[in-house]
Amino acid sequence: MKFIINLFASFLLLLSFSFTQLHAAGEMKEPMHPDWSFEGPLGKFERASLQRGYQVYTEVCSGCHSMNLLSYRNLIEEGGPEFSESQAKAMAAAFEVKAAPNADGEVEMRPAILSDKFVSPYENEQQGRAANGGAYPPDLSVMVKARHGGADYLYSLLLGYVDAPSDIKLDDGVYYNEYAKGQKIAMPQVLYEDAVVYTDGTAATPEQMARDVTMFLTWAAEPKLEARKRIGFKVISYLLILSVLLYFTNRQIWKDTH
Amino acid sequence: MSEKQVTRRNFLYVTTGAFAAAGAASLAWPFVDQMNPDASVKALASTEIDLRPIIPGQSITVMWRGKPVFIRRRTQAEIDEAKKVNLADLPHPEEDSDRAQNPEWLVMVGICTHLGCVPLGQKGDYNGWFCPCHGSHYDTSGRIRKGPAPTNLEIPDYVFLNETTIKIG
Amino acid sequence: MSENYAPKSAVGRWFNDRLPLLNLIYGHLLPYPTPKNLNYWWTFGGILTFCLVTQIITGLVLAMHYVADADLAFASVEHIMRDVNYGWLLRYIHANGASLFFMAVYIHMARSLFYGSYKEPRELIWIIGVFIFLLMIATAFMGYVLPWGQMSFWGATVITNLFSAIPLVGESVTNWLWGGYAVGSPLLTRFFTLHYLMPFLIFALVILHVWALHVPGNNNPEGINVVQGSQDTVPFHPHYVVKDMFALVVFLVVFAGFVFFVPNLLGHTDNYIEANPLQTPEHIVPEWYFLPFYAILRSVPDKLGGVILMVSAIAILAFLPWLDTSKVRSAKYRPLYRQFVWLFFANVILLGYLGAQTADGLFLIIGRIATAYYFAHFIIILPLLGYIEKTKPLPKSLSEPVLSPEERQMKAAASGASA
Repeated sequence: MKFIINLFASFLLLLSFSFTQLHAAGEMKEPMHPDWSFEGPLGKFERASLQRGYQVYTEVCSGCHSMNLLSYRNLIEEGGPEFSESQAKAMAAAFEVKAAPNADGEVEMRPAILSDKFVSPYENEQQGRAANGGAYPPDLSVMVKARHGGADYLYSLLLGYVDAPSDIKLDDGVYYNEYAKGQKIAMPQVLYEDAVVYTDGTAATPEQMARDVTMFLTWAAEPKLEARKRIGFKVISYLLILSVLLYFTNRQIWKDTH
Repeated sequence: MSEKQVTRRNFLYVTTGAFAAAGAASLAWPFVDQMNPDASVKALASTEIDLRPIIPGQSITVMWRGKPVFIRRRTQAEIDEAKKVNLADLPHPEEDSDRAQNPEWLVMVGICTHLGCVPLGQKGDYNGWFCPCHGSHYDTSGRIRKGPAPTNLEIPDYVFLNETTIKIG
Repeated sequence: MSENYAPKSAVGRWFNDRLPLLNLIYGHLLPYPTPKNLNYWWTFGGILTFCLVTQIITGLVLAMHYVADADLAFASVEHIMRDVNYGWLLRYIHANGASLFFMAVYIHMARSLFYGSYKEPRELIWIIGVFIFLLMIATAFMGYVLPWGQMSFWGATVITNLFSAIPLVGESVTNWLWGGYAVGSPLLTRFFTLHYLMPFLIFALVILHVWALHVPGNNNPEGINVVQGSQDTVPFHPHYVVKDMFALVVFLVVFAGFVFFVPNLLGHTDNYIEANPLQTPEHIVPEWYFLPFYAILRSVPDKLGGVILMVSAIAILAFLPWLDTSKVRSAKYRPLYRQFVWLFFANVILLGYLGAQTADGLFLIIGRIATAYYFAHFIIILPLLGYIEKTKPLPKSLSEPVLSPEERQMKAAASGASA
C-alpha cells in the first residue's frame, strides 16, 4: 500500500514538472476553455464537425497555410472525417499537382489522387514570406501540438480579434488579437459570419467555424487519438486486473515467511 | 496446507500465469505489425490507369508496387496469333483467354520470370517480348516459348472499373 | 549454489557441460538468497531492467522507419506517427519510456542514498551505477535531438557549444563534434549512430552492476549484514520474482497512463515545430530529468565554470562511499542523516523547478544557494555527520526488529485495514 502511495506521489511529482513548462507565459491571456468532445479518457471526434472543419480549412485557411504532412487518403481513414472514398477522390481531384516528368522531361500538372499530399499554397517558404509581408504562414499539420494551450489557444486566437485600444499603434500588416503573444499577430481576422456555406446547412457563425476548424486541426495533429484512448482503456483495465492477481499471488508466496 | 488450499493456490498461480501470458502475446503484435506495409505504401498498392490515350498496337509501361507493368492494346492480328497457339507447344500452357480479361487489352508484370530483367517489347521470334539478359522469347500473349524462363509473364490482379479505366492491385 | 544445478533435459545437460550458461543464470536468478525484508524501494532495479529492454526494443523498431537526415527527420517521425502500423504507439512508448526510465533511476538512486547501499563493500556497484547514469544522460540527450524539432536543434546547439569553453582546444573540439561549423545534418547522423550504440553499453554495465552486487549480496532496509542461506534470506524465486512483477505492473499502470492519455505532457510544444536555424525559441528548456543539472550549469556566470560545476555535480557521486564517513549504513538508524537526506532530495527538486525558469532575479539567487547546498551536502555535511552523529543501536539479525515493514503491510492487508 505504501508502495502504491509512493508511486503515485512520484507520479504527481512528475506531473508537477509539467507545470514547469508553463513558465513565463508572460503577457499571454488565458485562453477560453470550451468543451471538446475529444478531451478526457473516453474522448472522440465528432465526424460532422471534422468534415465541416475540412471545408473551413480548404476554403479559408489553405490560401495561405499548408498542411504538408497530410494526404488526401487520410480523409477516409478511421478516426477522422471519414469521408467516403469517392467523396475524397473528388475532393482531391479539385487540386492539381506536378506529374512525373513525361518522355520529353517536361513536368505537367495532373489532378491529385488519394495518395498525394495536401497541396501547398506556396512553392517554398520564400514565396510564402513574399506574399505575406515577410511573415510566413506556418504549416498547420501539427499546430495543435506545437502551441501551449493547444486547441483552446487556437480556438481563442481565431475569435480573439478586437479593436486595438487607442493607445496601441500597429505597424502595417500587424493586427491586434487578445490571445496572441504581446497581443500582436501578423495574421488578419479570417472568420467572418458566413465566410463559408456549410454543405450540411449548419449556420456558419465565427464560433461555429472556429470550433469546427479547431476540431479538424486537432484530428490532423493527432489522427490516432480515438484508437489511442480506446486501446489505452483496455490496456489499463488489463493491467489493473493483472496487478490484483499478482498481489494475491505475492501474498500467497510470502505467507509462510517468518 | 489442506487439499482445498493447495487447489486454491494452484488456481491462483495458473490464472495469474495465463493472464500474464495473454498480455505478453498481445503486446508482441504491434512490434511484428510495424514491419508490415504501412499506410503510405498501401496507398500506392493499387493504381488506376486511363486507357483512352492508348491506340491499337501501342504499349505503355506503368509502375505498380515498385514493378513495371506492360499494358498493350493488341491488334486483331496479335489476338488471333495468340489464340491459334497449340497449348501442347507451350512450356507453360495457358489459354490466352485466361490471361486477358478483354482480348484487346493485355496487362502483364514486365519482369522476366527467369532472373528478373525487363523484357523488350515487340521483339523476339514470336512477335511478343524478348529478354536480352539470357534470351527468353515471349509470344503475343506474354507466354514463354523459347529460352530459360520457366513460366509466362505474370498477370497481376486487375479490374475494369469501366470501359476505359482499369485498376491494378 | 549454481554448481549444484543440473539441467533437467539431456539437451540442457549437453549444452551446460560445454558452456555453463544455464548454471550461471539459474544460480543468480532462482535460488539466489536474498534478504527477506526488502521493501518496495528495492523493486526499481527490476523495473529499470524492464525500462532498458523496452527502450531497446521500441528503439530498434523505430529505427526501421526513422531517417537521420536534417531535411527528412521531422517528417519521418510524423510518418511513423501517422502511417506506420502502431507507429504512434511505439513512438509514444519510447518517448515516455525515457521519462519513466529516469523517474525509476532517480528513485533507485534515492533508495541507495537512504539505505547506504553505496557503502563498503558495495562501492564499486555504486560507481558502475554512476557510469550507467552518465550513459543514460548521454543517450537521452542524443535521443531528444533526433526528432529535429526546435528544442532538439537548439538544445543540441546550447549543450554542444559548451565544449567551446575548454581552454585552447575548445573551438576545434566543438567543430569536430559538429562535423561542421554549426549543428546540422552531420551532427544528427552521428548522434543517431551513438544513440543506437549506447544502450548496449548500458546493458553491458548493468550485467557488471548485478554481478558486483551478487558478490556481497543485496543490502536491506536495516542496513545490517545478512548471513546467506540463513533464516534471514529467502530464495529470489519465487519471492522476489513475483514481488518485482507486481511492482512492475503497478509501474506500468502509471506508464500506460502517460502513453495513452497524456503522451505529450512531459514534452515541450516547441518540439513540434521543425528545427529552424534562423529562429531561437524564447525559452530553451531541456527535458525535466535534466533540469537540476541545467540549474547548476546556469548558476555560474562563467561558461567554463558552469560546465565544470555541472559535470562535478555528477562526478561527485562517485566519491560518495568515501565522503560519507559513517559506519552505519541505513538512515533508519541514523536520525540526523535521515533529515539531511530528505533535505537533499528537496533541494534537488527545487533545483529542478529552477532549471525551468529564466535564470535571472530571485530565481538565480535561490539557484545559486541551492547549488551551493548541493555540494555542501557532499563535501561538508556527510563527512562531518559520520563523526558527530549518535546512531541508534543496530539489530543483530533481520528477524530481530519484531515486525518488519513488510509484515506490517501484510498484516494490515489481511485484516482489511488500509496501510
